[in-house]
Amino acid sequence: MKSSVIVFPGSNCDRDIAIALEKMQFKNQMVWHKETKLPKSDLIVVPGGFSYGDYLRSGAIAGKSLIINEVIKAANEGCLILGICNGFQILTETGLLKGILLRNKNLKFINEDINIKVINNNTKFSNKYKENQVLKINIAHNEGSYFTNSDHMKELKNENLIAFKYCDKNGNINENSNPNGSLENIAGIFNSKKNILGMMPHPERMTDKLISNTDGVNLFSSLLK
Amino acid sequence: MKITNKVIEQHGLKPEEYSNIKKILKREPNLLELGIFSAMWNEHCSYKSSRKHLKNLPTTGKQVIQGPGENAGVVDIGDDDAIVFKIESHNHPSFIEPYQGAATGVGGILRDVFTMGARPIALLNSIHFGSPDHFKTKSLLNGVVSGIGGYGNCIGIPTVAGETKFNKTYNENILVNAMAVGHAKKNKIFYSKAKGLNKSVVYVGSKTGRDGIHGASMASAEFDDNSEEKKPTVQVGDPFTEKLLMEACLELMKDNSIISIQDMGAAGLTSSSVEMASKGELGIELHLDKVPCREENMTPYEMMLSESQERMLIILEDGKENHAKKIFKKWDLDFVIIGKTTDTNKLTLKYNDEIQGEIPLDALASKAPVYDRKWIKKKITKNKIDFKKIKKIKIEDALIKILSSANHSNKKWITSQYDQMVMCDTAQRSGSDAAIIRIHNKEKAIAVTVDSSTNYCKAHPLTGGKQIVCENWRNLISVGAQPIAITNCLNFGNPEDPKIMGEFAECLIGIKESCEFLNYPVVSGNVSFYNGTNKKNISPTPVIGGVGLIQKLKKPIDHKFKKNNSFIIVVGKTFGHIEQSVFLEEVHSIIDGQPPEINLINEKNNGENVLEIIKKNLVNAVHDVSSGGLILALAEMSMGSEYGVKINKPKHLTNLLKYFFGEDQGRYILEIDKNNLEKVEKILKNNNIFYENIGLTQKEYFEIEKEMRIDIKELYKINNQWYNNY
Repeated sequence: MKSSVIVFPGSNCDRDIAIALEKMQFKNQMVWHKETKLPKSDLIVVPGGFSYGDYLRSGAIAGKSLIINEVIKAANEGCLILGICNGFQILTETGLLKGILLRNKNLKFINEDINIKVINNNTKFSNKYKENQVLKINIAHNEGSYFTNSDHMKELKNENLIAFKYCDKNGNINENSNPNGSLENIAGIFNSKKNILGMMPHPERMTDKLISNTDGVNLFSSLLK
Repeated sequence: MKITNKVIEQHGLKPEEYSNIKKILKREPNLLELGIFSAMWNEHCSYKSSRKHLKNLPTTGKQVIQGPGENAGVVDIGDDDAIVFKIESHNHPSFIEPYQGAATGVGGILRDVFTMGARPIALLNSIHFGSPDHFKTKSLLNGVVSGIGGYGNCIGIPTVAGETKFNKTYNENILVNAMAVGHAKKNKIFYSKAKGLNKSVVYVGSKTGRDGIHGASMASAEFDDNSEEKKPTVQVGDPFTEKLLMEACLELMKDNSIISIQDMGAAGLTSSSVEMASKGELGIELHLDKVPCREENMTPYEMMLSESQERMLIILEDGKENHAKKIFKKWDLDFVIIGKTTDTNKLTLKYNDEIQGEIPLDALASKAPVYDRKWIKKKITKNKIDFKKIKKIKIEDALIKILSSANHSNKKWITSQYDQMVMCDTAQRSGSDAAIIRIHNKEKAIAVTVDSSTNYCKAHPLTGGKQIVCENWRNLISVGAQPIAITNCLNFGNPEDPKIMGEFAECLIGIKESCEFLNYPVVSGNVSFYNGTNKKNISPTPVIGGVGLIQKLKKPIDHKFKKNNSFIIVVGKTFGHIEQSVFLEEVHSIIDGQPPEINLINEKNNGENVLEIIKKNLVNAVHDVSSGGLILALAEMSMGSEYGVKINKPKHLTNLLKYFFGEDQGRYILEIDKNNLEKVEKILKNNNIFYENIGLTQKEYFEIEKEMRIDIKELYKINNQWYNNY
């Protein structure tokens, strides 16, 4: 599998995701935001961080960068796209994913290990997980509260496009297990073709037992299948 | 503009200092020159009051590559790895404008570290606020915490450890100390000393604006009622630009283009150019018309004194200009050659080729004033606390009172606002005795911690200074690290007051004694005087940042109990020293008497033995006993774990409150599996280490024989209330 990680000025999880990909035997390349061509890739990752300082609005400027046109083109041709944290915000800014990430409900940055539940395990990103499996995973964001309109919410539910939901360690999905105020505890969604996944939690931070746990590994191994 | 007495005073210079300037120049300075003298001769940049005392600190050692005097200290951690670290204060700006003050404090200390060629891998902080019920405290706390997080989170360096304390001594002058730790290759350390004539002096980074003019002078004076008016002297941080600057510098540092490099911190372009040239015993000529400016019509005076952030000065090897420029262009940063090195030993400032000012460099650096300020020894109180007269309280009630206090509550409200995991090498996050950061792609790791003890230092500065180094050392030991070296941030009041100068001098003697005995040198640091408002000085607050090494990180060790029915051992003797304790302060509002004594021999022996036991993998959990005594340490080991304790009544001390809340030093609590007990006892006995077997772990309950029994979930709940209710 060939992967590309897009590097914007202000990206800061680009190295972390590259290491996770390489550990999982992806052949990875870093792609600078000023490039106008993408190397041939099976997977494109838009990493976390503060692209362009998150100035204007998180993800807004990156959503208009040179390389993003190529990412949109590749996405429309069916390439797998993974947006993590700021990457998710950027994908919503491009329109590749619908909805928007608002300020956390407590108006503060949150860095914590929380739990999420695998809602749809029948996709290229999640097939190694069990349905309803509970993962412990790290979040680190200011704007992670997912919001969308009611038509899209219906679509998300009817077409099984919700990837992950925030839950407690026993898998209960409720207001207490919602760290940031996301609509219906949504932590990650797919596009309608399910070749694009955007998620606020950081799977790349959960690939090393010494540092945290290995709950993120199966996301990458799912892609390898 | 005529240089009147008022202008001189506004520049923070004393009349005798001004006559000295005239003598050096053999003429009157112009305003630009006066500004430069003021920037270089103020306390913050010149260390004029502290230098004499700092000289006595031990700064060398087998592992020390670079001691104080550079942007940061450097220590050897084996192979070709080095750790670069420093702590710095940003107290005055943070009190005036908490968000930007704290944010730029983080930005400044990060630049000190990556200037030396190191990639920053961890941030720490020590923040001190006034009493929680003081009207300013809540907004200062909010501003400082979000400023620290805002900068560190954006640039992508994990904030992994720190301390937050409240004490009314900081009501009108908070402390914000930030520490950065970086990793470099041993043979790739960059220094500020210029070399060679006619080399290009390059300005890189952000443009220069009018922010922060006279910031360093502001930090060298006390506050008064008009301190709010000093807002324009606070710099504004841009972590996004700093991230670009860091990446660009580290990219350029991969080859041999840089002769020397210096960040523009306090006193901006002035101190960076002066430092580089004077260390190299050269001259430097700057063409100020070339300086990239953010605002129109900036004068040479404003450019030289601006403290706009995220800027660097670099001296390049011949012929490397284009190569370097390409890198900075890639990162969308300014890159302008603004001058050259000369052989004049002078700082020469030109605008459109006309000389605007010229000052001999040694006058600004080596000949800057040094004061041997008068100091008097602290009068030590003879008060003895008569424990019999103190109101009786149940152990359980006292513990609950402490656990629910501002100073001893769980700090999750703060730490969850910091990204602790970015870079994916944080093996132990904040909340333990020390954080553990793995060296990228290696088996080894470093442990880092910051500590301070305001009340001890106030009561007895010498013992306090000694104690704080020991506590810091102990914290590193507790996570299985061999302590290497420290950085210190010395926060004190007005040095012109002999009593304050005495606190400073005595604290330093204490620090020196401990550092020497523990072989724990000081490799970098910062002095912050004039912490006070309207002649009210803060209590002396030296803050110590320590770095230790874990050769092979297999499994991080922390303080949480891990198993049921394991033995609990206290290493070090409990005498029941209750004066200056958290118990008296939080439960009885008494701050009196002497801090506990430090026995350096025991301290060292106990620590070395605990470290050996950890290295041999014979413990489940370790915690040092510090403020709050045995019982608070035991409670901390239980809360958030599944296991509590069942503690036996002590045999040798009859006063239980003194036994459980006493703050005798040099102690550790160890959780030991039944089948390891014999091995551990053998090590301790063979080395004549005093230890006590005080009880066992148990499920669910925190229990002291015949005294108290409480669910640990309840303790946890109590400990987590304060911040949420504030």
